[in-house]
Amino acid sequence: MIAFILRRLAQAVLVMLTVAFIAFAMFNFVGDPINNMVGQDTSLQDREALRQSLGLNDPLVLRFGRFVANAAQGEFGVSFRLAEPVSRLILNALPATMELAIVAALLAVIFGVMLGVYTGLYPNRWLSRFFLTISLIGVSLPTFLIGILLILVFAVLLGLLPSFGRGEVVRIGWWSTGFLTWSGIKALILPSITLGLFQMTLIMRLVRSEMLEVMRTDYIKFARARGLTNRAINFGHALKNTLVPVITITGLQLGAIIAFAIITETVFQWPGMGLLFIQSVQFADIPVMAAYLILVAVIFVVINLIVDLLYFAVDPRLRIDGGRSGH
Amino acid sequence: MQITVRFLDTFRRAADSDIYFSFRSSRLVMVATCVTAVYFLAAIFAPLIAPQNPFDLASLQLLDAFTPPVWMEGGDWRFPLGADDQGRDVLSTIMYGSRISLAVGFLAVLLAMLIGIAAGLVSGYFGGTVDAVIMRIADVQLSFPAILIALLIDGVTRGVVPKEEHDKIAFFVLILAIGLSLWVQYARTVRGSVMVEKNKEYVQAARVIGIPPALILVRHVLPNVMGPVLVISTINLAIAIITEATLSFLGVGAPPTTPSLGTLIRVGNNFIFSGEWWICIFPGFVLATLVLAVNLLGDWLRDALNPKLR
Amino acid sequence: MSSPSRQPLLEVRNLRVEFFGRRGRLLALDDVSFHIDPGEVLGVVGESGAGKSLTGASIIGLLEPPGRISGGEILLEGKRIDNLPYEELRRIRGRQIGAIFQDPLTSLNPLYRVGEQIVETIRTHLPMSEQQARKRGIELLQEVGIPSAAERFDHYPHQFSGGMRQRVVIALALCAEPKLIIADEPTTALDVSIQAQIITLLKRLCRDHGTAVMLVTHDMGVIAETADRVAVMYAGRIAEIGPVQDVVKRARHPYTHGLMGAIPEMGADIDKLTQIEGAMPRLNSIPPGCAFNPRCPSAFDRCREEKPYLLPVERSQVACWLYDETGARREAAHG
Repeated sequence: MIAFILRRLAQAVLVMLTVAFIAFAMFNFVGDPINNMVGQDTSLQDREALRQSLGLNDPLVLRFGRFVANAAQGEFGVSFRLAEPVSRLILNALPATMELAIVAALLAVIFGVMLGVYTGLYPNRWLSRFFLTISLIGVSLPTFLIGILLILVFAVLLGLLPSFGRGEVVRIGWWSTGFLTWSGIKALILPSITLGLFQMTLIMRLVRSEMLEVMRTDYIKFARARGLTNRAINFGHALKNTLVPVITITGLQLGAIIAFAIITETVFQWPGMGLLFIQSVQFADIPVMAAYLILVAVIFVVINLIVDLLYFAVDPRLRIDGGRSGH
Repeated sequence: MQITVRFLDTFRRAADSDIYFSFRSSRLVMVATCVTAVYFLAAIFAPLIAPQNPFDLASLQLLDAFTPPVWMEGGDWRFPLGADDQGRDVLSTIMYGSRISLAVGFLAVLLAMLIGIAAGLVSGYFGGTVDAVIMRIADVQLSFPAILIALLIDGVTRGVVPKEEHDKIAFFVLILAIGLSLWVQYARTVRGSVMVEKNKEYVQAARVIGIPPALILVRHVLPNVMGPVLVISTINLAIAIITEATLSFLGVGAPPTTPSLGTLIRVGNNFIFSGEWWICIFPGFVLATLVLAVNLLGDWLRDALNPKLR
Repeated sequence: MSSPSRQPLLEVRNLRVEFFGRRGRLLALDDVSFHIDPGEVLGVVGESGAGKSLTGASIIGLLEPPGRISGGEILLEGKRIDNLPYEELRRIRGRQIGAIFQDPLTSLNPLYRVGEQIVETIRTHLPMSEQQARKRGIELLQEVGIPSAAERFDHYPHQFSGGMRQRVVIALALCAEPKLIIADEPTTALDVSIQAQIITLLKRLCRDHGTAVMLVTHDMGVIAETADRVAVMYAGRIAEIGPVQDVVKRARHPYTHGLMGAIPEMGADIDKLTQIEGAMPRLNSIPPGCAFNPRCPSAFDRCREEKPYLLPVERSQVACWLYDETGARREAAHG
């Protein structure tokens, strides 16, 4: 088990270094960083001096090492567009995105698993067919369209919910939360549904197909032959066995939620990292793009590690090294 | 030639297996086919059949701006689905917009297909380090959503190319960004097939008598993967159209001078609150039904070509 | 042994099972009738696809769609169980009729400790506390011959070998003291060296507990050693049923004859193994008359036209027109 985790950690470090290198390459080869820092009238000598003092003439490896060291401390330089330290920009936007992503992920997992179990256990009921049809539409509708439709119905026509922003937020240290005010919670509803819907349909379809698969296995037949109640079979034996693949995909999807937040945040003008990122892309604000890229990669890698650890919690076959697999 | 034959064969098998599906699902497929065909034709022949050329500034009148659809009060038959903020006919902008959306979609899928098939062939045939490197790149890329990859490529291009130039090449940047985000699945499928085929005796024999590897691959291996490639391409077309629309909606895709469906929705989104919903909702409806129809076709093709599911 | 005075434990009367598919109906079990007495071991043999496992699944009500019982009845101690609602049948499964499946590797849920699975089963059927059930479970594991049972109780299935897992499965089948166990090819998936141990164990346990067994297998050797009576199945029908010595030593049905000819026997007067020509027909192409007639060396016109029913021949019953009227009349004809 320790060996497995160490191997995973090594892989994670490799992925991070790759991403860091891409970010570093963006910094160095896309445009001239000096141009972005100084005015038009700076002389060539001054530029060269600045170049030297910033260490831009050092060997590539050294510069990359320095970049990684800075990145590890959360130091990504100054935004071209806003002339503020990137770390502060990101830190300000982080709580908004995290709160949105967490609520969306919870919605996606809770409803996705519930609907998946239902449609998997009763594949022939009309309600299951209804959910499946809806899910196909859910997969086909682009996220931003869902957001616009929700805004049209609930904000414009019915006037029930706000269509943009976070509502009132409360600051706890550097973290700003929308959970503590009524307007903050109301503001969360539409964006989190928009963001979670796509992942929910994916999770539902996955749980359903896994459930159908597991219900055909011998141990479920044997559990029936032992006269266990349907409840024990469906929710004890079957559900637990669908969890392993579901955890994998769900883990990846949680990472995707952070990335897809870019779209939702644009639709709802949600002041998070996604909105910051898309504005940076429009202005080719490389430092912010690089920082965002690295941050998203960190979140992905951390989620992947957690998923790996969850395997151990769910599947005893992995816990004993060299233990025989039951397949 | 052989590829065409194989292709036709694939289609015939697909047509035959359709019998196995319930009347209900094939009716759905029929509807999807019709919807797709109508949209494709409307897009291709837009300059001939559109009521108005929305990019001919001379024919636009600001007085017509915000005319509602015909069935609403104040509607005008010149603008069946209403007019937008600049007095352009929404129906015509949709027809012209679909052109851009479909063109980007098709070309991006084509690019992804070429890159993916090439990478898969090389990876599967040569194996070893080449294979390891290509597949590792594929793994890393696959763990990030396509939209993020496309956004990064787009952002980097904006950094390299001056802003004025960027609008001109935006179309090609979109194709590149989306194409590069979709190649992995092709590469994996083709690689798997190559690994199976390359050990078969006829391939070994061809190698022994000195037929160049490239020729073997193209003549013997490629035809075997046309079925899966067709399925992936259909589903990828839906993804490419969504990705293009999303990028354009985010303001980093097709510029307002050559709007795609996504750009139209982005522009229309500004008028939702003032009540001119038709500027946004009609392109949205077309986008959603187009993607849904293509997805349905893809699902159906996959089932029809996969004997295991029957 | 079968004694006509007592009520049979299980009685299957004219059981028909059909599969309803896209291309119409397939008759998978055709008029299957037999009974099992308390404490008796009934062997059920036949080629794969003959309907052995299907018969077992029908009895415990676990036929999978599109399969369905379309005729006949199944009685447990004189009470019909084939038409019970799901919940009532569930209470019978495990409590009155236990089951053992072919593959011990896949019969146990890999994510639960074997103890958890045993306790769960016991507490589903018997009013016991967690502690009592655990105690009983450990005793059961000891009884099925698992060394250091108390410790093994908390292990996961993958920590057991194939043979040990089948012992666990047997313990699970026995844990609510059922009156009948349906063992569906319990040794097929195991190493040859372990097969005999498992069969001996099953036999001993059932004798000790007075449990009747329906032992489904295609291994005539196992049947000869274990069973009191044997039912031979062919293409969804029972070809012959009778006491084990009669069926093995003096097979009446030409099919059973061929089947017995295929077993090598020490010191037997045959000098070569015989083989039945051809293959069992598929369910969609069962010939009219006797299903065996195309392969039968002694088939005559009637066999190709009329479906034979079970005819009494001494202590056995045989579905073969050779035995119409007087049992031994034509026996000499095929020797």
